Amino acid sequence: MAFEGLADRLQSTIKKITGKGKVSEQDVKEMTREVRLALLEADVNFKVVKDLIARIKERAIGQEVMESLTPGQQVIKVVKEELTTLMGGEQSKIAVADRPPTVIMMVGLQGAGKTTTTGKLANLLRKKHNRKPLLAACDIYRPAAIKQLETLGEQLDMPVFSLGTEAEPVDIASRAIEKAKEEHHDYVIIDTAGRLHVDTDLMEELQQIKATVKPDEIFLVVDAMTGQDAVNVAESFNEQLDITGVVLTKLDGDTRGGAALSIKAVTDKPIKFAGMGEKLDQLEAFHPERMASRILGMGDVLSLIEKAQSNVDEKQVKELEEKMRTMSFTFDDFLEQMGQVKKMGPLDDLMAMIPGANKMKGLKNAQLDDKQLSQVEAIIQSMTKKERQDPSIINGSRRKRIAKGSGTSVSQVNRLIKQFSEMKKMMKQMTNMQKGKKGKGGFNLPF
Amino acid sequence: MGFMDKLKSKFKQNEETEDVSQKYQEGMKKTRHSFSGKLNDLIARYRKVDEDFFEELEEVLITADVGVTTVMDLVEELRMEVKRQNIKDTNGIKDVISEKLVEIYYGNDNEEIEKLNIQQEGLSVILVVGVNGVGKTTSIGKLAHQLKKQGKNVVLAAGDTFRAGAIEQLEIWGERADVPVIRQNAGSDPAAVIFDGIKAAKSRRADVLICDTAGRLQNKVNLMNELSKVKRVIEREIPGAPQEVLLVLDATTGQNALSQAKTFSEATDVSGIVLTKLDGTAKGGIVLAIRNELKIPVKYVGLGEQVDDLQVFDANAFVYGLFADIATED
Ligand SMILES: Nc1nc2c(ncn2[C@@H]2O[C@H](COP(=O)(O)OP(=O)(O)OP(=O)(O)O)[C@@H](O)[C@H]2O)c(=O)[nH]1
Ligand SMILES: [Mg+2]
Repeated sequence: MAFEGLADRLQSTIKKITGKGKVSEQDVKEMTREVRLALLEADVNFKVVKDLIARIKERAIGQEVMESLTPGQQVIKVVKEELTTLMGGEQSKIAVADRPPTVIMMVGLQGAGKTTTTGKLANLLRKKHNRKPLLAACDIYRPAAIKQLETLGEQLDMPVFSLGTEAEPVDIASRAIEKAKEEHHDYVIIDTAGRLHVDTDLMEELQQIKATVKPDEIFLVVDAMTGQDAVNVAESFNEQLDITGVVLTKLDGDTRGGAALSIKAVTDKPIKFAGMGEKLDQLEAFHPERMASRILGMGDVLSLIEKAQSNVDEKQVKELEEKMRTMSFTFDDFLEQMGQVKKMGPLDDLMAMIPGANKMKGLKNAQLDDKQLSQVEAIIQSMTKKERQDPSIINGSRRKRIAKGSGTSVSQVNRLIKQFSEMKKMMKQMTNMQKGKKGKGGFNLPF
Repeated sequence: MGFMDKLKSKFKQNEETEDVSQKYQEGMKKTRHSFSGKLNDLIARYRKVDEDFFEELEEVLITADVGVTTVMDLVEELRMEVKRQNIKDTNGIKDVISEKLVEIYYGNDNEEIEKLNIQQEGLSVILVVGVNGVGKTTSIGKLAHQLKKQGKNVVLAAGDTFRAGAIEQLEIWGERADVPVIRQNAGSDPAAVIFDGIKAAKSRRADVLICDTAGRLQNKVNLMNELSKVKRVIEREIPGAPQEVLLVLDATTGQNALSQAKTFSEATDVSGIVLTKLDGTAKGGIVLAIRNELKIPVKYVGLGEQVDDLQVFDANAFVYGLFADIATED
């Protein structure tokens, strides 16, 4: 497959260098070539890559890399630093107008995710900042776009202002603001229709809305899967509207997301939020340094660790480790473990964050599906206390009873018991191995 | 025969082709000029085949999202070809480039593959799949309109029961194309809606049933399983169906489109691609790699938001489109 991470890409060059004692200019050239390919494969724009490579080369040819004992790691470090610098620091603040309501305008191409993001943003403003937003339905073009926003409004129990599809978007926006003043809404979020950056008529419409309502924020919503064209889109929207920030959507997918770099490079506007799923609470602050790792194919390991940390209790982990080592791990422990995993969110989302996980055959076939998890849960819950402690007593008639109680089949019960005993064996091996390594364990970064 | 000549003679022979490519050009008028001679312009600016020439060629293709591996391989092949044939000036390389590009697209297959597989007798089912927001519902509306104009009896099934407003959106497209839409309430089981759609299409003796589905990212295993289930329902109800599984790809998408094509194929055995939003500035070059690696052909291109903005894919016009900006630069 074409999409190796930077670390994989550098492997062969690094191998060649190892043992040579000295890194030549030619070696550095080869490494930066690999860096260039990795960035292009991640959809970073061609011109942006060119500039980046020039800077990386300069630093690499300097002593930082050439005189290092671990030139491969040094290159990765330099690249990551350059990427992180380019992407800027974290900035997920939302403006507050001196006199309410604060007006936020959402703009972008068709299908980028503006309407969903409008709903998410409203949700965030209410939940995190205790605000009372009004949503304005200004997409009069796409069939049922107003209905979509209204449905989101219902789901959130939040008002949506619309004048149907016959009114002018400018009028809808300004009347929404009047209404917000009357009804004491402190935020108005204007959902606009998706449009091409080269569609002069529709771009003019946005400029008109902007001139009329004087928004405090204009967020450009961009699909994280966007390719080379991201620069044209971002540059053009920014030139015509002077956007104040960017929201990157669909980052729960498996795209590298190089568009993030391109957009930042051409607009120099902060990427403020990241859309992480279709649900209305799945909008997160954007983390530039994590994005840098992701673009380089190192996975979003940090987010995963953070998720794990916020959901797993230290003490429990210690106890679990002890149990694994002494083989006293029971079905009850297993159940508890599953509960923990479940708390971390849908399994698909978790898998997507592990570098390379979606490419691992075994994992894919394991079909980590939340429905199966509930079946497993049901089976265990149908066991007696004794059975959970000591699965060896589960004979044929007990298996039948468990299957019946959990609404599954005997073969499903058999499979789980078999898997459980195999897992126990594996756990023992793993804990022994970890002891050998002494305290390392945990998440190993791929370089 | 060289590629350019082939193209020219094709136009002379076949009026239908001419008609199609004229429409295609019109659709792209906003940002593109006539495609003839795009490559000529690149060639005219460089008299000599040197490293600068190759570098610009590389840049043009990568900027069109063709994909770095494909481009590197292509340019490497060209370098060798230039050496082998001892080509000195850019005129000599013209045919080699275009032929290689079209070769990447077609491989060894014949060109007939673009045609939509609709049976003469009985019901044909088209399942439409893809990630969120690429243009599935819109393309279904356009396709329904086109088939209806050809005299087909078309029924739509509102299989996206998840996204807010999705059912209503398809219903509006149904009105525009003047075809019935089979639906259930939001939140119901998509497989059940499709099942209803099949029953309704059968009892109305429809020729084509087009099934909308909710957008989903390809790394969500649950949702991909759900899609496979929908396809199994269709297979079970009508032997030989679905006749087409169309994957809708947004031309703005970068290298992730390849992953989309792979994973959706694994789940639903995709038979063709609809490449949308080519009326923007994105080129959708990744379909070259998709065709080459996965043998999935592009069948239609989306060139706007109106009901008529769907065209049959034309590989030659597409390949020229990849070079469009070079001509406009001067
Ligand atoms: N410019 C342009 N816009 C298009 C084209 N095809 C679709 N669109 C627009 O893209 C947006 C999304 O299209 P939809 O048809 O709703 O996409 P979808 O794949 O059904 O979206 P979900 O069901 O939400 O996953 C709409 O605003 C369409 O008008 C095209 O060829 N060109
Ligand atoms: Mg849809």
